[in-house]
Amino acid sequence: MNISNQEYGELAKRVSPPSSMAKTIPMAFLIGGAICTLGEALLNMYTALGFSQDDAGALTSMSLIFLSALFTGFKLYDRIAQVAGAGTLVPITGFANSIVSPALEFKSEGYVLGLGAKMFVIAGPVLVYGISASIVYGIIYYIQTLL
Amino acid sequence: MAICEGKTFRYSNASIISYGSVVGKVESDGPFGDEFDEIISDNKGGADTWEQAEALFQQKALKHAMEKAGLVPEKMDLIFAGDLLNQCTGSSYGLKDFYVPFLGIYGACSTFAEGLLLAGAMVNAGYVDNAAAVSSSHFSSAERQFRFPLNYGGVRTPTAQWTATASGAAIVAANQKPPFIKAATVGKIQDMGISDLNNMGAAMAGAAYDTISRHLKHMGSHPEDYDAIITGDLGEVGSNMLYELFRRDGVALEQHHKDCGLLIYDREKQDVHAGGSGCGCSASMMCGHFLKHVENGDLKRILYVATGALMSPTMVQQGGNIPGIAHAVEIVNR
Repeated sequence: MNISNQEYGELAKRVSPPSSMAKTIPMAFLIGGAICTLGEALLNMYTALGFSQDDAGALTSMSLIFLSALFTGFKLYDRIAQVAGAGTLVPITGFANSIVSPALEFKSEGYVLGLGAKMFVIAGPVLVYGISASIVYGIIYYIQTLL
Repeated sequence: MAICEGKTFRYSNASIISYGSVVGKVESDGPFGDEFDEIISDNKGGADTWEQAEALFQQKALKHAMEKAGLVPEKMDLIFAGDLLNQCTGSSYGLKDFYVPFLGIYGACSTFAEGLLLAGAMVNAGYVDNAAAVSSSHFSSAERQFRFPLNYGGVRTPTAQWTATASGAAIVAANQKPPFIKAATVGKIQDMGISDLNNMGAAMAGAAYDTISRHLKHMGSHPEDYDAIITGDLGEVGSNMLYELFRRDGVALEQHHKDCGLLIYDREKQDVHAGGSGCGCSASMMCGHFLKHVENGDLKRILYVATGALMSPTMVQQGGNIPGIAHAVEIVNR
């Protein structure tokens, strides 16, 4: 080879086009914002229907998760995500998509070893570290209440 | 330390007597869409799963090649085939019903060139009367094995490539008619220190440079001696890196270079980022387009250099790099 690995790595960096942030950030803001606005509208609607603040919040999350699963099933969520980027990844809808998409994908290997085993292949780490973090936070909070 | 130069094989009696190609919907929408033998527009062709579909693509590609050569399975002597899936699923399951002696091969996206040079060698040596080289890739089966579920909303980076849903098959026999296999150089595994799973072009460009350089040196030829030097699936990033590597040697390769990954799709209209990839990408472009033009004399001498990223997701997760490989097959009109 006429080049060292270090130089080669620099060359790779130089010729690899970066993501166009001028396009991706506004789209993430707009579509992510639209999902959150929909969430707010749902929250207001459930509150207006007489649900308590807690119940309305839970219903809002459930509605968004349902819609995300539906859109994933119709093969629309990933298409929107190609434009929205983090706008569809960050809200709760992205989490739902990360569970529904492997469930659909690995159904072909059966309901137990396919769907069941692979369903949390993307969301699993989020659950593991999310729950672990909440436990650590809970312990710190508990100790704090003792002081 | 002395560097292994390897050998360039010279063939005197190996002709590609027929070839067949099958592609999916996205590939049929590309600029070469009407040159392939068959289009399976739902990408599944009636199969239940993506893996079964990929197997079907290989089966159909070989069938097209056999029909054109007037061959039936009983008259076939040997098949070399491979694909990207674990255990070379597409090849073993797709070709089992032919009941023809089979050797599975793996060179990632370089597999078709590997098959072609091996088939040529077996025919040239006189061990067999004919031998087929087959390979395939399928976007959906590759995504689920190497990346994410199809409907997962992850965003691909600009350097990522689109695995072609395609298969190509070529049958080599003793000298009958063009295209003829004239020479071949086996690639060396090149670890260039690249570990980005979304930048396969960068992982393979070094291997392409090494193989092309050695082939030209052994043949005493220059890039301008070829109508085209056709790499498999370097894509935009890998092609630009290849030019830069040759520029360091004072060679302007870009004037003689084509890349199947850059050709197979219309990158302006199709959302394929840095271009196509996969064993089926260059296999279908060779069997659908290039071999035809060598046969009819539009192209007199080409150097087909299929490039493969020998990527193991496990090794990359363990902190390893992505080694690349490239095999060169020189194909001529007479």
